[in-house]
Amino acid sequence: MLTFLALASVVLLGIVPEQSQAIVIYTGWERHALVGSDIRLSCSFFSWRWTSEDVTFSWTYRPDGSRDSISIFHYTGGAAYVDNKGPFRDRLEFVGNPSRRDGSILIKNLEFSDNGTFTCDAKNPPDIVGRPSSVRLLVFEKVPIQAGVITGAIIGVVLGLLVLIVVIYYLMRFLVARRVFSLSVSKHGKKKKEGSQQRQIKV
Amino acid sequence: MLLILLGVLILHLIILILLIVSTAASAWSVGGDRSTDLWYSCMTTNGGYHCKPASNEDWIQAVQALMILSLLFCFFSLIAFLYQLFRLVKGGRFFFTAIFQILASLFVMCGAIIYTVMCPDDGSGVQFGYAYVLAWVAFPLCLISGLIYIVLRKKE
Repeated sequence: MLTFLALASVVLLGIVPEQSQAIVIYTGWERHALVGSDIRLSCSFFSWRWTSEDVTFSWTYRPDGSRDSISIFHYTGGAAYVDNKGPFRDRLEFVGNPSRRDGSILIKNLEFSDNGTFTCDAKNPPDIVGRPSSVRLLVFEKVPIQAGVITGAIIGVVLGLLVLIVVIYYLMRFLVARRVFSLSVSKHGKKKKEGSQQRQIKV
Repeated sequence: MLLILLGVLILHLIILILLIVSTAASAWSVGGDRSTDLWYSCMTTNGGYHCKPASNEDWIQAVQALMILSLLFCFFSLIAFLYQLFRLVKGGRFFFTAIFQILASLFVMCGAIIYTVMCPDDGSGVQFGYAYVLAWVAFPLCLISGLIYIVLRKKE
């Protein structure tokens, strides 16, 4: 039974059509970072084949507003080659793990001129057909407020104030009611005594 | 008496619907093929209809918060009205309802004013959309409704 299953899976994997065997590369969509900080651009891939020893990663960079890409990183034959002449010389470091299908790079000390699109292309021979994936880098002086933070804060504060006011209102009513309640008990007691005295006189 | 009650309730529901449409529709600024704020910025390019989230500047988030708050308070005032209708002492006034409704109208006013002052004036033919107009229409209606609730008394 087990051998039959193993055989069936091997046959099926062999029959799987070539198109679905394309390599799929994942990077982020957009990355925000502060000027002067470091950023890790991640790149990983999915492939139906086992990770081969000839796996290659390559990163290219296209500045914002430019049409040309420049190659800044290449990993092949088990060795990583980083940019030593271009805009990222001495700032680029390979922090990925090719055997784990991770081809991430680390860019240190970001500058405003690093704004642009980084494209990662990975190849896992014989699985080489695939689309490179791009991540856009945005370098800010200060990180902009995320969408919804101020909205949530304003709504939370106002609703919180509302709840507070309602609680205080009911608390005051409760406290005042207690004081009034204690007063009316003593009055009620006095009235009862007078009533019983009157009855006695009548009798 | 029943007519007044029905009229006031219908007015309240109309205001609620206006606020919902104004808050939810992303059409505070329109211009040609573009329609932006409060939530999405949509454009009809030659490819099709593309939407991306609206800019997360501080003032847009403030307007979002104020519109949502006004919607919530209008809804609370509706619930308070229904509650007070059945539980209020005879001859009492609908204070809770009025307070919530007036607060809702204040929030709409603040939101609309902030948007008017801060909306970017590119000069590229960008006009105010229907959601913006609805917000300005909802504000006086909401105020009037709140004042009616102050004057209204439960039948003896």
